[in-house]
Amino acid sequence: MTIGVLALQGSVAEHIKMIKSVNKKIDAVAVKTVDELAAVDALIIPGGESTTLRRLLNEFNLLIPIKERILAGMPVWGTCAGLILLANRVEGEYPCLSVLDVDVKRNAYGRHSESFVGEGDFDGMYINMVFIRAPFITRVGDNVTVLAECNDRPVAVRQGNVLATVFHPEMTRDNRVHKYFCGMIDAKV
Amino acid sequence: MASKEETKAANRKLLNRNLAQMLKGGVIMDVTNAEQAQIAEQAGAVAVMALERVPADIRKEGGVARMSDPKMISEIQKAVSIPVMAKVRIGHFVEAQILEAIKIDYIDESEVLTPADDAYHIDKTKFETPFVCGARDLGEALRRISEGASMIRTKGEAGTGNVVEAVKHMRKMRTQIAEVSALPAEQLATYAKDIGAPLELVKYVAKNKALPVVNFAAGGIATPADAALMMQLGADGVFVGSGIFKSSDPKARAEAIVKAVAYYGDPAILAGVSYGLGAAMTGVDVESMSEAERLAKRGW
Repeated sequence: MTIGVLALQGSVAEHIKMIKSVNKKIDAVAVKTVDELAAVDALIIPGGESTTLRRLLNEFNLLIPIKERILAGMPVWGTCAGLILLANRVEGEYPCLSVLDVDVKRNAYGRHSESFVGEGDFDGMYINMVFIRAPFITRVGDNVTVLAECNDRPVAVRQGNVLATVFHPEMTRDNRVHKYFCGMIDAKV
Repeated sequence: MASKEETKAANRKLLNRNLAQMLKGGVIMDVTNAEQAQIAEQAGAVAVMALERVPADIRKEGGVARMSDPKMISEIQKAVSIPVMAKVRIGHFVEAQILEAIKIDYIDESEVLTPADDAYHIDKTKFETPFVCGARDLGEALRRISEGASMIRTKGEAGTGNVVEAVKHMRKMRTQIAEVSALPAEQLATYAKDIGAPLELVKYVAKNKALPVVNFAAGGIATPADAALMMQLGADGVFVGSGIFKSSDPKARAEAIVKAVAYYGDPAILAGVSYGLGAAMTGVDVESMSEAERLAKRGW
């Protein structure tokens, strides 16, 4: 089984390292092209700058192929910028992939001085959560399950094969959220 | 058990390094007003560096180069959604306090501005705001990290449009990292002394074969090929100063450099983005410069 990490910009190496730490049978590779996308069973869209990622996805014709794979059931996980790209609605901007029925507001916690480490329950596991210039999820659709909250706000959500976190599990030493994502692929296979 | 204060400080250090990790594979562009900042953001920059004059103009016009007017920086903060960085003079901790007060996302303690202290860099551990600092070799990088820098960039030679010094500094750092990683443990203390770096950081590099923070390339990058060259040499991302807004078509060049950094290993894409870009900034032969004209030697 191979998990791809979209490698246009952002915390790519961190996600690859985390996935490789979960299980020797699961490989993690960087994905930059349509061919590389076709070769993976699941995709992680990492943290980074969503404006940069969105631009590159469009320019290099990756947007439609990724969306088609997601609609066909490929498990996908977006962290922070990745969540913004997955969301159906983004305040003040056009949406990008529109495969997750939530509304988001970019940089809603404020500038980097408001970045913080929080904690909370994620699907029954108590974890630390790293928030960096993070967005808010301002609306959660009926078919979307909230997996985690922090300070009374939803910070991890799932709709079928689509997982999204406002925080960055790849920035910690705790690989349990990565394990959870690998479980989404097992369940499918 | 760590106190609340200690935990808070440790978290801040982590978050500041993490923000730099989010910028990896990206381009940080020098801008001098809100309009340029928007061009940079739309072209796909991961952050902008707000400053009054780009390095090429600082070189040309001379005089003392200082921190920018907070009004101009605030206008740029309002104009874009990506992180905004700004420069302070080496050792000028009050300029850094001012930038922290206006909630800048990253402070560059930069040799491009005229140094304010000829003996000491800023004690960056006293700030919540992350710092990026220039370095020419491993020793300088580790000294800055021990002072609290959360991100390193090669110094190169800013404002020249000539990549030779950035290449020299990046190669030097990579070579030294390889060297230190191959040393037996008992030689690390002497190595640390020789390069003027704290032993615990030298031990970290030896064990992890990498700096403890992100390392970007800067100083003289003018073309998509320059940017890709620095990435292939191991940079985590690039700063482009004068290279964009001193070229004939800044928007096209900014877009091309962003693409070149994302696909730095793909010559066909690099050829495509380099095609018909117009004139790059006029460069300076670094060999022909006097020692006094070199910015990289500022800082220690």
